[in-house]
Amino acid sequence: MGRKILLDKINVPGIKTYEVYRKEGGYASVEKALKKMTPDEVVEEVKTSGLRGRGGAGFPAGMKWSFIDKKSGKPRHLVCNADESEPGTFKDRYLMEYIPHLLIEGMITSSYALGANLSYIYIRGEYMWVYKILEKAIAEAKTAGWLGKNILGSGYDLELYVQIGGGAYICGEETALIESLEGNRGNPRIKPPFPAVQGLWQNPTVVNNVETIAAVPWIVNNSGADYAAIGIGRSTGTKLISASGNIKNQGVFEIDLGLSVYEFMNSDEYCGGMQTNRPLKALVPGGSSVPILPANLIYKTANGEDRLMTYESLSDGGFATGSMLGSGGFIVYDDRACIVRNTWNFARFYHHESCGQCTPCREGTGWLEKVLWRIENGQGREEDIDLLWSIQSKIEGNTICPLGDAASWPVAAAIRHFRDEFEYHVRFPEKIKNRDHFVAEPFEKVKHLVAKQTV
Amino acid sequence: MKVTIDGQEIDVEPGTTILQAARMIGGESVPPAMCYYSKLKGTGGKCRCCLVDVTKGSDNDPRPMPKLVASCVTGCQDGMEVASKKSERVREARNAVTEFLLINHPLDCPVCDQAGECDLQNLSFEHGKLQQRFIEDKRTFEPENIGPYIQLHMNRCIVCQRCVEVADQLTDGRVHGVLNRGDHSQISTCVSAAIDNEFSGNMIDVCPVGALTDKTFRFKSRVWFNKPFNAHRDCDKCCGKTTVWMFGNEIQRVTARKDEYHEVEEFICNTCRFDKKEVSDWVIEGPRKFEKDSVINQNNYTRKLDKVVINTEKGILEGREIDRKKISMAEIDYNEKIDGTNINSKKNG
Repeated sequence: MGRKILLDKINVPGIKTYEVYRKEGGYASVEKALKKMTPDEVVEEVKTSGLRGRGGAGFPAGMKWSFIDKKSGKPRHLVCNADESEPGTFKDRYLMEYIPHLLIEGMITSSYALGANLSYIYIRGEYMWVYKILEKAIAEAKTAGWLGKNILGSGYDLELYVQIGGGAYICGEETALIESLEGNRGNPRIKPPFPAVQGLWQNPTVVNNVETIAAVPWIVNNSGADYAAIGIGRSTGTKLISASGNIKNQGVFEIDLGLSVYEFMNSDEYCGGMQTNRPLKALVPGGSSVPILPANLIYKTANGEDRLMTYESLSDGGFATGSMLGSGGFIVYDDRACIVRNTWNFARFYHHESCGQCTPCREGTGWLEKVLWRIENGQGREEDIDLLWSIQSKIEGNTICPLGDAASWPVAAAIRHFRDEFEYHVRFPEKIKNRDHFVAEPFEKVKHLVAKQTV
Repeated sequence: MKVTIDGQEIDVEPGTTILQAARMIGGESVPPAMCYYSKLKGTGGKCRCCLVDVTKGSDNDPRPMPKLVASCVTGCQDGMEVASKKSERVREARNAVTEFLLINHPLDCPVCDQAGECDLQNLSFEHGKLQQRFIEDKRTFEPENIGPYIQLHMNRCIVCQRCVEVADQLTDGRVHGVLNRGDHSQISTCVSAAIDNEFSGNMIDVCPVGALTDKTFRFKSRVWFNKPFNAHRDCDKCCGKTTVWMFGNEIQRVTARKDEYHEVEEFICNTCRFDKKEVSDWVIEGPRKFEKDSVINQNNYTRKLDKVVINTEKGILEGREIDRKKISMAEIDYNEKIDGTNINSKKNG
């Protein structure tokens, strides 16, 4: 049975309300921090915990906090990134919807640590009902005296607002989020300067994911060392995984980092194995932007070691044999899945969501989508597979923000691991015209046709 | 601070970007720039044409930068070493950007008013490929009227956003900007508003391609048929220093004066640009010079030319002399047979 840190109280009836949350020990971290700790001590605890950003990049949160420019004398801000928009990732919504006061408690404690008197939760436009839940929770917290002037008589003031985004994936990138929060078009800024030096309204700003901030109360209540004791190596603590696809139990699970992928996939506590017991074909372990893994690299790394749910193990061997933990959007495919269609679907998303600011991403993502569409619709040419490879390699690393990489990695990994499936699409267009071409006849059964032609 | 670009060292002030340092050196190492505009704040970093390879970060931290960086927004460090044109990675990246820019840009140079002074033409001349790999339909936009002076041809736009910065920084009551996302991004006006601000014409000058052109000059002439002169007039709105583009004694177009990187030296007002088309409006200072490989120099009249002497009469008659001899029977032996043997060796007469 896995430990629960974030989801410990999730099943308590009425936990969404302030009264129940407080009765269950909520806001204890704020009391402890404001009455017994200095802001720097809170930062140190978070540093000790080894907590890494849960939005996808995995940058150490304590280190990010320590970068904030305290000497400038400018106001500082904490911004919570609740613009969860990656296909396959839906963990932040779960936290905010079912236990909103945990995020607000985390925001207050973290803001205190950073010396921020004005903080924001930036939430994606599609989460309107969650916005309303958060608004209500903030009002409750303010009425109870956890927000506003002179909180708990400590002399610390904090105002907290929720801001709704326009529904753009790019606004999940921290500098684009800041631009959007300022009322501008959500275009990423060029770094440096980093937000810790010049962020919201040119003030020092820290942007953290919902899950990261929600973990802070537990760290303050217990200790950074206790948190660091969970997990393996540099992957400390617990992680929310939003599992979907062809598994028995879809949903959000909290795991100790270091759990094996096999156990996560097959134990009844988590995914419960494959749906209808069909063979496992592929896995996207960290949301749509990370490389897809073929069946032979899911449970074992290239060295034959057990693949673990950690930042390091999932990326073992680089993109040739690994992937990323990313945001924890765990998408499972059985043998009926068409990798080409899936890749096209992802490419379509990134094409639609590219902000259009820089050339490779603006033009390249559209090109990728068009070529993938042709292949998936029986109009592909032999040279299109190499063309796709070439396009993605010209996008990767040449863009302002990581969206270009996010668009190119899934394409590269799909071609690297499932090239024969692309070739099948090109060589047998009449067979793939049926949109459900692999449902009745999984690719494994027709794979030999590609091999024959190659010979 | 000492910076080395493609093996050439230069001293620069702190705060200088790599592109600025390269421009101080000049020559082939200067990265191309489609979105950066030194006269406008906040430009740069978008087109990714000016990517360079930082092979040594600085004397303090000599590690190379893992990714290529945009030279227009990356500051120099003391001891930094940069590979621009000498780097294979950089050349590949620029080729890629050129290809990306051209996949949706129509190749309508023969009818485009920007032909001859288009930065994308120059970029593709150096980095383009002979064959295009993009076989899909190009993205197109509906024509849109954005005012009396400026023609917007959105299909040609490369979303460099220089015009947006002009609108932001030079005009009041801004009415245009970028709409939509990704390759659907378009420059447009807010709900059919017209761009009629006094400095809006500068958008035409900063546009690196033919997306924004001068309605008063449209289809009047190719730029290389015009003769550009530096001219000035007393203007209460702007500096009044311009380049007038003449065809015979007619001023067909007025633009701001541009430097060697095709950036205007000083922005000018719409009155000078659109309303003053009489020669009497201007004090003509003299011919304007352009870089030697500019297509505008096809019609160059500022350089000293070798005197060409054409001996017309002699040339025409030269052939005739030969022909005259051929058709004259005087030199032909009438005893000569067709096969060349003589019946009688004596010449006629």
